[in-house]
Amino acid sequence: MNLETLTQVNIERAARRPVFVVTDVSNGEQRMVKVADLTGDPLEAELRKQLRMGKSAMIEVDGKKLFVNVYAPVARMVIIGAVHISQALAPMARSLGYDVTVVDPRTAFASPERFPDVRVVAEWPDVALPPLNVDHYTAFVAVTHDPKIDDPALLHAFERDCFYIGALGSRKTHAKRLDRLKAQGASDQDIAKIHAPIGLPIGAISPGEVAVAIMAQITAQLRLPKEGAS
Amino acid sequence: MLERDEDILQAAEEWKKAGHGVALATVVETWGSAPRPAGSNLVINDEGTFLGSVSGGCVEGAVVTEALDIIASGQPKLLEFGVADETAFNVGLSCGGTIRVFVEKVA
Repeated sequence: MNLETLTQVNIERAARRPVFVVTDVSNGEQRMVKVADLTGDPLEAELRKQLRMGKSAMIEVDGKKLFVNVYAPVARMVIIGAVHISQALAPMARSLGYDVTVVDPRTAFASPERFPDVRVVAEWPDVALPPLNVDHYTAFVAVTHDPKIDDPALLHAFERDCFYIGALGSRKTHAKRLDRLKAQGASDQDIAKIHAPIGLPIGAISPGEVAVAIMAQITAQLRLPKEGAS
Repeated sequence: MLERDEDILQAAEEWKKAGHGVALATVVETWGSAPRPAGSNLVINDEGTFLGSVSGGCVEGAVVTEALDIIASGQPKLLEFGVADETAFNVGLSCGGTIRVFVEKVA
């Protein structure tokens, strides 16, 4: 790898933008592909698939063996609400490699004792969220049941284009939420991104089971191909 | 998606900019129960200092030795390690897998 490529790769990684290094292992020929330059790349379909799977692998193109190394940003999870579900969800997400932060302005909930080894921010979303640099590679979960806390957080998640946005609440609660969010300027496209009722339908009852349903839904969103996309 | 190679490529860049000879080793293929997935990096400098891992400790020594030659020659090389390898007694993978490691100079 030449120093110029290495430096560029490090810049992209620091900025949390995915980057690929494609190497012909027979002769060392190499090129870097930034995610912004994927469209129209001769290997676009393969690279997009590998990015989705977060997997580096050898591929064969025209009889050449090419190694595609994917440098994807570490996924983050932001959980709004330091509730029982979050106590089960946070360690589960951590074990899957997510960098997890729990936000809840209610200090009785957002205590370190309830969330060992998890970053907990006991502030309102408008204070807590901007420093977290929420981005596309963030799964955003709102589970307080309190519109004063969940609504502004969801508006922030729309703005940052999180790959997954989920919110707790029945269909009825969710319909009311959509009205409130629209009144605050959310577009139809924004609100369509919310997974609600949250989690895959697995008949979850306990907080732990709901956490499993949420984690499974996030994984599906991350790994399965998008409809209509390659 | 797991946090990985966070400082390894950064170290490679810093060592190179500090004037060291540097080689980068990358796991490119694995078979069986290989301990580190494809894409794992190990960076080596001309003093034999290394950072990262390609096997969880089994073959790093052999990779570092090869890397020093590659820093000198500039020629990249594809190395293979596995239990069937005749060098297995020295540097084989205890887990029974096979890995291929691409080693290149940072030029």
